[in-house]
Amino acid sequence: MRWQDQLQFNLRVLSRQRFRTLMQLIAMSIGVFAVVLLTGLGEGGRQFVMAEFSVLGKDILIVMPGRKETSGGMPPLTGGTRDITLQDAESLARLRNVEGVAALVVGKAEVSYGGRNRDSLVVGANADFFPIRHLQIQQGQALPDMPLDQARPICVIGPELKRELFSAQPALGQWLKITGSRCQVIGILADSGTGLGFDMNSALIMPVASSMQLFNTQGLYRIMVDVRSVSSMGKLANQIEQVMQQRHEGQLDITVITPASVLSAFDDILAVITLAIAGIGGISLFVAGILIMNMTLISVSQRTAEIGLLKALGASSREVRLLFVSEALMLCLAGAVLGIVCAELLLWLISLQFKDLLFIAPWWASALALLVALGCGLVFSWLPARRAASLPPVEALR
Amino acid sequence: MIEVKQVNKTFLLGDQPVHALNNIELKIEAGEYLSIMGPSGSGKSTLLNMLGLLDVPDNGEYWLQGNDSELTTSSLVDTVPMDEEDRARFRRDHIGFVFQSYHLIPRLTAAENIELPLVLAGIPPHERQKRLAPIIKRLGLEERAGHLPNQLSGGQRQRVAIGRAIIMRPKLLLADEPTGNLDSHSGAEVVELLEELNADGITLIVVTHDADLGARAKRKIRMVDGEIVLDQLTVNSQTVNEAG
Repeated sequence: MRWQDQLQFNLRVLSRQRFRTLMQLIAMSIGVFAVVLLTGLGEGGRQFVMAEFSVLGKDILIVMPGRKETSGGMPPLTGGTRDITLQDAESLARLRNVEGVAALVVGKAEVSYGGRNRDSLVVGANADFFPIRHLQIQQGQALPDMPLDQARPICVIGPELKRELFSAQPALGQWLKITGSRCQVIGILADSGTGLGFDMNSALIMPVASSMQLFNTQGLYRIMVDVRSVSSMGKLANQIEQVMQQRHEGQLDITVITPASVLSAFDDILAVITLAIAGIGGISLFVAGILIMNMTLISVSQRTAEIGLLKALGASSREVRLLFVSEALMLCLAGAVLGIVCAELLLWLISLQFKDLLFIAPWWASALALLVALGCGLVFSWLPARRAASLPPVEALR
Repeated sequence: MIEVKQVNKTFLLGDQPVHALNNIELKIEAGEYLSIMGPSGSGKSTLLNMLGLLDVPDNGEYWLQGNDSELTTSSLVDTVPMDEEDRARFRRDHIGFVFQSYHLIPRLTAAENIELPLVLAGIPPHERQKRLAPIIKRLGLEERAGHLPNQLSGGQRQRVAIGRAIIMRPKLLLADEPTGNLDSHSGAEVVELLEELNADGITLIVVTHDADLGARAKRKIRMVDGEIVLDQLTVNSQTVNEAG
């Protein structure tokens, strides 16, 4: 039998049994749909998180106050945690292999201009912070390079905050009120999206010394260290710990984390989660396969006379088997394509809705779903098809 | 073209063995017109199925003329040791079947049902059309070629079935109660058609209950309990008994 004729023969069967065909098609497409959609969502989520982390860059070390032990022991009873001070930051900046150091204080404060006020994220930082966080200036300038402990009434604001306070009016040179004190806008950030929970678009950045006065604190929230070369990262992390231990009278009460390690740990976890949910989708594929087997079995018993006839007309067992298997494969292929198209469409719609998140099913998920669908069709139609093929023609005709 | 030697076939009906074919000896020449008659359960359908390679005897030999491209007339093949795939190919190329209940495929039109053996044999469409047109014309089905079986009368359905049986140009045509489901008028038409085909040279074997139909054949075989009890050849209205 020529393949074109076989195709047409199968199409006749499928279009004749419309309800059965529709049910199998739906079952198979739901299975594939689930796999592609779930992996798409998982991958989208993973890539979102990775993008958030990679804002920091691979060559950044973060120094946090307090010791984060993973051993789960009791926190030290004496001493407690000591603040990280501006002097600590300055001494880290003097280390070899350090490109720059951003000393950070983070808090919330009410920012007002004219009649409008907003509760805004206030970040105390220095000039190095901008290249480290890859912040672009849209208008005006960034914080100038000046001693860490020098306070000045200046600030750089995010585009969202600018819009909220000034609408379309020019903001540069204007004075903002921040809970009692004042500062002049010297720059406006370019739109940069969120990073690690800090939405820089609606933040206000001021010199770190000014923010310490504002929040009445001596301690830094974080120090970000820009490492000159990634290869010296591990060594530098040790050096930082040593310097800080010396400065804190022998006590190691800071934690140094490398985004790269966090990144790869997250990547692993998220990849496993993606695989797990893809596996859940795979179960529905399997169920669809069972359904195809049942339906093919029913089809075989309904078409016993036809099988007998085909054999009497000279169809070999191989050809009869091929008819049933190819019929199931056609159904699976159509169902799988339908499922993939639906899933991609939905992912696309979701992506339109959430601009920040890019949900794209990885190509391997679609390919795998397609392969598994065809595999299911093959495996689950094989048994009924073999049964059909092994029917002796006389018995089938009776 | 057919030589059956010492063929036996036993069925188990419940726990009772039934000797459906008992030491059958039969020789049929090309172009013969044969009727097989007998009471129900006499083994006549089993014999027909065996002759049509739909069923395999338990023992004995069944020699059937094979490839007609071979020039020798004695190109007989013993079909008993063949495997099912070879038998299928043999059926496809050399044997046509007509059944009492037509066995048309309901989703295919009359023309497509007739064409089906050509499709199964993998013959390309233009060649199929060339063979199909004259047969549809001969069957008088031009008007009905595009109709589905359930839109056809019983006689038309049986003519479609005959068309399907002869489209591969077999040498042997087997008919199992071909008029069993038809009224006398359409039955007569179908019988005429079959006899025309026989006159063209095809070997025709008809199994029937109908005494009138059976009597039309030049050679009449009567079976009882799996044995051939009568084998009558009519030559120029002279009856010659060969068995019984």
